[in-house]
Amino acid sequence: MNRTLRLILAALSAALLTLTIAACGEEESTGGGGSETEQTGAVEPIEEDPANKGTSVTIGSKNFTEQFILGNVYAQALEAAGFEVDTELNLGSEQIAFKAVESGQIDGYPEYTGTALTSFFGYKTDEVPSDDVEAYELAKEEYAKDGITALAQAPFDNTFVVTSTVETAEELGNLTTITELSELEEASEVSIAGFPECRQRTDCLLGLEEVYDWTPEFVSTEAQYEAIEKGDSDFVFGFGTDGALSTDKYYTYEDDENLFPPYHITMSMSDEAVEEIGPEGVDVIERVQEPMTEDVMRELNARVDLDKQEPEDVATEYLQEAGFID
Amino acid sequence: MTVLASLLGDFGEAIDFILHERESVSGGVQVGGLGEMADLTLRHLLVSFVPIVAAVALFVPLGLYLGHKGRGEFVAISASNVGRAVPSLALLAFFIAYLGIGFANVATVLFLLAIPAILTNTYVGVRQVEREAVDAARGMGMTDAQIVRKVELPLALPTIFAGVRLSTVAVLATAIIAPLANWQTLGTPITEPQTYGPAGQLGAALTVAVVTLGVDGLLRLLQRAMTPTGLKLASRGGGSPRRMKRLARPTPTRRESPA
Repeated sequence: MNRTLRLILAALSAALLTLTIAACGEEESTGGGGSETEQTGAVEPIEEDPANKGTSVTIGSKNFTEQFILGNVYAQALEAAGFEVDTELNLGSEQIAFKAVESGQIDGYPEYTGTALTSFFGYKTDEVPSDDVEAYELAKEEYAKDGITALAQAPFDNTFVVTSTVETAEELGNLTTITELSELEEASEVSIAGFPECRQRTDCLLGLEEVYDWTPEFVSTEAQYEAIEKGDSDFVFGFGTDGALSTDKYYTYEDDENLFPPYHITMSMSDEAVEEIGPEGVDVIERVQEPMTEDVMRELNARVDLDKQEPEDVATEYLQEAGFID
Repeated sequence: MTVLASLLGDFGEAIDFILHERESVSGGVQVGGLGEMADLTLRHLLVSFVPIVAAVALFVPLGLYLGHKGRGEFVAISASNVGRAVPSLALLAFFIAYLGIGFANVATVLFLLAIPAILTNTYVGVRQVEREAVDAARGMGMTDAQIVRKVELPLALPTIFAGVRLSTVAVLATAIIAPLANWQTLGTPITEPQTYGPAGQLGAALTVAVVTLGVDGLLRLLQRAMTPTGLKLASRGGGSPRRMKRLARPTPTRRESPA
C-alpha cells in the first residue's frame, strides 16, 4: 500500500490537525498517557550480553510515524542487548526499503504482511488470506525465496477500520458492525473518506461493495479525520493504529465479514543478518514487540502525531514502560 | 544499451496504458485506456482553466493599474513571491479547514499559484513601456484609460503573455495533486500506484506533459493573434521596437571609400 503520499500530506496537515484537536490530544497524553503501555512487570528486562559487542546490525524503517517508532524500538532494544546498531530510518516507500534489504544496505526493517504480499510478491488484494497467521506464513514463504527471513509477527493489525465521529455513531444508534451500517436505510446516501488509492482497491472501497453490498459515496483525501470532523464525509477508512483513534472522539465499526486483509508487522531481515545476530538477537526483536497491541500502538502513534514527541523518545518510553530497559 | 532498451520498454508500457484498458495492479477493476485518460484529461483541464481565467481576469487589470500608476511595486513583487514560496500541497491541506474537500479547494490553491507570474509580469510589462511612447500619447490628448488600453497594454502584451504561459504550465503541472482533495485528474494514476502501476504513472505523466505543451502552444497562437500588426511588423523587420528606433536615428555619415 502506498502510504508515502498519505504521509506527505498527513505531515503537512499535521499543524492544522493539532490546531483543531490539540486540546483533546493533550488531555489524552497527560491523563492516561503512560498507563496504556505500562505492563505489570511481566516481561523480562533485556540483558546486555558482552558477547554481542562487535556484531553490528543496521535497522531500517519506512518514512511514517509508526515505522519511525518501530525502527527505533528495535534498534534501541538490540543496542540494550549489546549489539552495535546503525539505523536508516527514513527509507521512503516499501519498494526502496525492500531493495535496501536485498542489496544489503540495511539488515532488516519492519514490514506489514499485507503490504509485502501485494507490493513485493504480486498477490492481488483479494488473494491475500484474511487469516493473519496464514498471511504471515505466506509472506514468510515468499520472503524466503529472496533470502529474507520474516521474523514472528507483532500482535497489532494496522489494517483499515471504518470509523465515524462519536456524534455520528450516536445519531445512527451506535451500530457495531459494517453489516449493520450497510443495512441502514440511508446507506447509499452516506459518504466515506479514504486515502486516494482506496477508491479502486478490492480490499478497500470496492470491497465494501462486493462483500457488504454497500456503496457509499467516496471522498478521496489524505486528511481522513478532518473529513469527518468538518462534515465532508460521514465515515472514514482509518488505519487500525492511527494515533487519532486513541482519543475518545471516534467510533470504529467491526469488519464482521473479514474484508480487510491483515497488516501485521514482521521484521524482514536478510538471512545473513539473522545468522549474525543469532537466536539471541532474534529473541530480542520478537520479544519487544509482544506487548504491542493495537491500543498500545495507537497510543505510541498519538504521542508522536498529536503530542509532537520525537519517535526516538517515544520508543525509549515504550521500552521503559513495558519494562524492557530501565 | 540495456538501459535504453528498458527505458523504451517502460515508455512502450506507458503508451500501451494510455491506449488500452487493463486490469489494475491490485486487481478487481479495469483502469487506463483512452476512455479513462480522456475523462481524466478533461477534469484536469477544467480544474486548471477556472483558476487561470480567474487569475487573468482579476490580476491583469490590477497589474495594469499598478504599472500605470507606477506604484505598488512592493505589493506586486512581494505578494507574488509569498504566493510562490508556499507549497501548493501545504495550501491544499490548509484550505481543507475552510473550503472543505473538493473542486473549490483545489481551484483556490491553483488560483493562488497562478497569480504571481501573471501579476508580476503585467506590472513589469507596463513599467517597461518606454516613457516617450506614453508621453507622446498623453501629448496627443489621450486619457489615462486610453493610454492603458491603446499604448501600455499592447506594448506590454508579450510580457503579460509570458506570465500567463508560465502560470498555465505551473498550474497544469500542479493539478496532479487534485486527487488528494477528491478531484480526479491526470494525477490520479500518479497518486494511486497500487492501482495503476508504473505504466499508469508514466502514462499519466506523459499525458500531462503533452497536454501542457499543447495548451502552451495554443496560448502562443492566441498571443500572435492579439499582438498588434505594428508590433508584428516591427519584429518581422528584424528587430524589436527598440532596434527600430535605433535604425530610425540619423544615419552616421559614411566614411569615404578609398578610391
